[in-house]
Amino acid sequence: MDQWSGYLGLILQGAWVTIELTILGSALALVMAFLAGLGRLSKLAPLRWLATAYIEFFRGTSIFVQLFWAYFVLPLLGVPLSPLQAGVLALGLNVGAYAAEVVRGAVLSVGKEQYEACVALNLNRWQCMRHIILPQAFIVMLPTFGNNAIELLKATAVVSLISLADMTFQAQVVRSQTGNTLIPFATILLLYFAMASALSWGVRRLERKLARGLDGVRA
Amino acid sequence: MEWDWEFVWEIMPMLLAGVRITILATILGSALAAVVGLVIVIARRSANRAVSRTVGFLAEFIRGTPLLVQLYFIFYVLPDIGILLPPLLAGVIGLGLHYGTYTAEVYRAGIENLPRGQWEAAKACNLTPVQTWIHVVMPQAIPPMIPALANYFIAMFKETPLLSAITVLELMNQAKSVANSSYRYIEPITLVGVFFLVISLISVIGLRWLEKRFGRVA
Repeated sequence: MDQWSGYLGLILQGAWVTIELTILGSALALVMAFLAGLGRLSKLAPLRWLATAYIEFFRGTSIFVQLFWAYFVLPLLGVPLSPLQAGVLALGLNVGAYAAEVVRGAVLSVGKEQYEACVALNLNRWQCMRHIILPQAFIVMLPTFGNNAIELLKATAVVSLISLADMTFQAQVVRSQTGNTLIPFATILLLYFAMASALSWGVRRLERKLARGLDGVRA
Repeated sequence: MEWDWEFVWEIMPMLLAGVRITILATILGSALAAVVGLVIVIARRSANRAVSRTVGFLAEFIRGTPLLVQLYFIFYVLPDIGILLPPLLAGVIGLGLHYGTYTAEVYRAGIENLPRGQWEAAKACNLTPVQTWIHVVMPQAIPPMIPALANYFIAMFKETPLLSAITVLELMNQAKSVANSSYRYIEPITLVGVFFLVISLISVIGLRWLEKRFGRVA
């Protein structure tokens, strides 16, 4: 029984790495989502093309290939990355590409009259986005962002394959040291599920908080 | 390191062999996911509370945990209780179960979108439940689902490299073994990316066609 607590400690260490990756990756994904999502709606054609190329590329190739590319190929091209950096980069850019489409869809879902109101109030494009469109669009984005964050959490398991000591990696370590397969894998499955549930609960709460006072505005 | 075309042609046959396994796993996984999704959606609609709740929770659980860990579970834990699966079969079961929980949602949405009047009309015409499903519900519910289902199958295709973790010799694993024996990473890993990009771009064109053909037409 004593040895199990030690092994559990190992898995919890891995859980911390998983959480770290999820938070950093989500932060990068959020930034990329707004950059690329708004880029696709830009008036400047080159900016639109750039954003489209980014989105199509990262949605078209798998996260797994991107991670391996970041970890094995980038160092050879002169960009050495630690496993954690490669993981955050690949996860953030990949999920960011999916979330960019969410941003675009949500911005487009805001009614035309809101843009006309901006013009009537003599707001410039940036002010209109910042104060009128985005606050309304953000609530539309939130539920899907929550799903994207859960997808990102699940994708973090892949980093164990580039020798980053996340939860899945530690479970493999425990498996090879104890020869027991059921307990480590069942433990991390439960932990992943707990994290995913916590994420969706948090997003639902945030959604309710932000939706307050907007009932009359939304159609 | 420089890009070496000669090396590219040398490793191409191995990579193409990997592509075949990747596509095979995707097709088998898709077929299984289509069936599993149907089973889940029927079980969740069951009048028996215990069945619908249990299946609902299980689906939620599978959807909330990483596919990689599920693959490990199928490949490493099941042999302990006497179920020894070949890697590819274990991979296909993992893909099918995982994506089955997603396709179940597609089916559910498709069935719920059917107007209530259709069910009532079926009852009014004195159709049995089986007749109702086959002649009224399915013909109307399935076409709008097709693009969404295809979308998930493309997503599944992009997750097949995970099978390399349970020793299936698909594209990624072939590339890794080439890379490890030749110490050249640029070409194999980049080519894997190119293969994935090309195949998924082609399938996206197919998806657009499916959307035009089946999507949103009542």
